[in-house]
Amino acid sequence: MDELLQLKTMLNPCIQCGTCTASCPNEVDMDLVPRKLWRMVLMDRHEAIFDSRTFILCSSCYLCTLRCPRGLPLTAAMARLKAIAAKRDLAKYRKSTRFYKSFMESVRRHGRVREGEFMGLYFLAMKNPLLPLSFASLGIQLMKKNKVAFELPAKPGIGNLDRLFKKVAEIEEAL
Amino acid sequence: MNYTYYPGCSLSGSAMEYDVSTRAVFERLGITLTEIDDWNCCGATAAEAVSSLLGSALGARNLALAESMDPSSDILVPCSACYLNLKKVEMERREDPELAKNLDTILGEEDLAINNPPRVRHLLDVLVNDITADTLLQKTTRPLTGLRVVPYYGCQCLRPYAVFDDPEAPTSMDGLLRACGAEVVEWEMGARCCGASNMSTKPETAKKLVQKILMDARGADAIATVCPMCQLNLEGFQKAISRDAGTDLSISVLYLPQLIGLALGLDQGEVKLDKNLALMPGFMEKLLGFDIVIPH
Ligand code: SF4
Ligand code: SF4
Repeated sequence: MDELLQLKTMLNPCIQCGTCTASCPNEVDMDLVPRKLWRMVLMDRHEAIFDSRTFILCSSCYLCTLRCPRGLPLTAAMARLKAIAAKRDLAKYRKSTRFYKSFMESVRRHGRVREGEFMGLYFLAMKNPLLPLSFASLGIQLMKKNKVAFELPAKPGIGNLDRLFKKVAEIEEAL
Repeated sequence: MNYTYYPGCSLSGSAMEYDVSTRAVFERLGITLTEIDDWNCCGATAAEAVSSLLGSALGARNLALAESMDPSSDILVPCSACYLNLKKVEMERREDPELAKNLDTILGEEDLAINNPPRVRHLLDVLVNDITADTLLQKTTRPLTGLRVVPYYGCQCLRPYAVFDDPEAPTSMDGLLRACGAEVVEWEMGARCCGASNMSTKPETAKKLVQKILMDARGADAIATVCPMCQLNLEGFQKAISRDAGTDLSISVLYLPQLIGLALGLDQGEVKLDKNLALMPGFMEKLLGFDIVIPH
């Protein structure tokens, strides 16, 4: 709950003007508009927050952050909510959070993301035999152009960032 | 002139033509790019969605490496997502001593440190402000006359840090494209979002955004981009989106340095046109008119 408390403090100056909502390109598909989501954070309505698809739809365009009259870091706030959902592994958000986690796993192993490995890890994490199909069209286009190759996940090797990841986790735990 | 160069992961894979054309343009201009040794992934939009400290740490490691190479040479970054992640660390560690301290601890594990890191610059910023449109005009040997281009900026090179352009109504590409001899077509979508990684995780939402962009680009010969994620979202889904829209929205999509390279006299192989996913017959014909051999 600590993280949500931090977020509440961060959003405290919100005056509920709705500029964030009016700026958001993904607002049409959100169930709670951004202004209402911030209201839920300020009122400690945690079930409402994690019942909503709003934050997972944020595509980090930074328009709300740019325009908010109170200068609030709203894109970062959306990312914080994604990170909480990822940490709790909430079923509703897995399609996105496991995508991010698989990406970061490939980065931890090699220092750089291997696009083929990352997608492989993602498909494994999702255990959905139909999921690869939705990526097939782009995947085939990229493979035809010799831009990505399917790679089996590889053990951490040269350039791996184990130490950096570990230290980050240590500091976060102490916070 | 010399820049420290951060290619990032996309430019080593699915956006290799962005990397190759950027290097080729700078070579043609007589400017040295020195790649950061042992650079690591910037975290894209994934790191912050897992842990904000992890995102900062990944960026910080690259700043520290760049500083150890040459503290006085700016870091040139072509990918907008990489650019923002590195820029964010540059800005935030100055304002947040607590963060700076944590980053020092993390970097200390590898005996790295940040003291006075080099400035992080987007490729477009460097092209506009250091190279300048005037120089490009002088060096253009193959003007792309009659090529109608819409400049697409996307989000993260413009926002939240308004460093080199208006964050909502950008114009920095106009002069560069005109210097190449191309015609800049007015449109509304230059600074709108392409959906970024939503194209993978929430495709129905992202496709709506791309559809609007492609609709507004109709009538132009090509869209010019400055970000691998934007490029891929605009070029890779045109068939499906045209189907949804009930109208043909296919259009050529190129990285800005590919167009600049052609104008500077580079051939199609040197800017890797064979790697683009969307190059239309009408566009190819115009290239033939400029004596550019068409890839197959
Ligand atoms: S724009 Fe800022 S102040 Fe206005 S509702 Fe959104 S968060 Fe609150
Ligand atoms: S940063 Fe996210 S929440 Fe803010 S306007 Fe853009 S997509 Fe919407």
